[in-house]
Amino acid sequence: MRRAPANFPVAAARRAAATLALLVGVAGAAVLPDDRADVFYSDYRGGGMDITGESVLVRKKFSEQFAVEGNYFVDKVSGASVDVLSNASVIRDERKQKSLSVEFIHDKTQYNLSYTQSAERDYISNTTHFSLSQDMFGDLTTVTLGFTDTRDKVGENDGTAFQPRVVWLGHATSRSYEAGISQILTKNLIAGATLEVITDQGYLANPYRSIRYLDPTNALGYSLASQVYPNTHTSTAVEGRIKYYLPWRAAASASYRYYSDTWGIRGNTVELDYTHPISNVWILEGRVRYYEQNQANFYADLYPFANAFNFEARDRNLAASTNQTIGLKATYAFLPDGWRVFKRGTVTADLSHVQFKYSDFRDIKDYKLPAFRPGTEPLYQYGANIYQIYLSMFY
Amino acid sequence: MTRPNLVDSRRVAAALALAAATLALGACGGIQPWVKPYERDRLADPIMSWQRDAISGAYLDHVYDSREGSRGATGTAGGGCGCN
Repeated sequence: MRRAPANFPVAAARRAAATLALLVGVAGAAVLPDDRADVFYSDYRGGGMDITGESVLVRKKFSEQFAVEGNYFVDKVSGASVDVLSNASVIRDERKQKSLSVEFIHDKTQYNLSYTQSAERDYISNTTHFSLSQDMFGDLTTVTLGFTDTRDKVGENDGTAFQPRVVWLGHATSRSYEAGISQILTKNLIAGATLEVITDQGYLANPYRSIRYLDPTNALGYSLASQVYPNTHTSTAVEGRIKYYLPWRAAASASYRYYSDTWGIRGNTVELDYTHPISNVWILEGRVRYYEQNQANFYADLYPFANAFNFEARDRNLAASTNQTIGLKATYAFLPDGWRVFKRGTVTADLSHVQFKYSDFRDIKDYKLPAFRPGTEPLYQYGANIYQIYLSMFY
Repeated sequence: MTRPNLVDSRRVAAALALAAATLALGACGGIQPWVKPYERDRLADPIMSWQRDAISGAYLDHVYDSREGSRGATGTAGGGCGCN
């Protein structure tokens, strides 16, 4: 379904590895975090889509040096976005993803190996990830190096939501090289930086999105055609972040990411977070995030005629756009004295609102002739609410 | 005359910078930690974690990765489905 390289299990596995590396950096000695089990539910609503996610994560140490983590995630998509035009059908789809990660610590070095499989009826993704983290300089510094290999099989559902008929279009491979550092600067301040280069090859377009070109013979004034992408793509992203412990037991953090790729996209991301605990029972968090990007050099909202260029795209991910997020999160801790095998538990609720705005992607689903000639439709924008709630038990 | 390949030049520059940084770090083998282990209680506070909850952090990154052109350097692999 849609362009789905790499998929969420990879993200989960690598996020866990990165988090672990950073935790190690903060804690000083290389130690594995507590065993935990999580039950997670999410709901994304926006742009005509409703996407629910359910996940279970279990993490278990078998010794002080060795831990295993398993994650299962299912998301269900329904709705009809601005991209669904000629097919005019409501999308219904489900993706299941499994990941298994093993972590091993030897002296001040931590190794992480994970494998993730994601399957939906028109997209299959398999990812292998390896990283190692090394503590150094009196454990003030943690350096992490990572490599990820992803192999995808890309298809398209030519049938309907309820009677699918999948046509396999091709394969895509992706390799990611990552280097990161986490550095304690003072007893109140920690900083980090990450560099990641990703190269893709193969079928990289989203088969469910189309270009449009002016066509006087069509009653709409335009016709749709398949996107044609280059079959290679290389991106470089660098992120820097700092986190400061405030005098009244609270934390403030800031991060900035610069992105650049061979398709001509440049992106900037800025995020500010504030974390405020209340006694040892509540942790309240607020965050704001701003993102902007320019368009890919082969992107256009409307082409002058059919087959105007070698490469053509109208995927709004490649359009010039901005978005802003405001998020609130509350965590409640219970069982402070433990219960049976459990040491403690937390329940977390997280609500985020994101406002997306495009400066060269027009809303052709809701605005048409005769009121709007092709190329004069209002620019597309929408808001999305993201709900998360999860239970975490530590043992 | 062959024009220099900018991408290759950047890669070489990045590799050289990494090598220089590695050598510089190696030369600092005798460095003493200026924040002692007993001074790290604040940094060890859970509120100082970059990300306390792996599933939630990965999920939010996934939400952005599948709706933006940018990807990477956030500890996740990027990409995603459900982006229509």
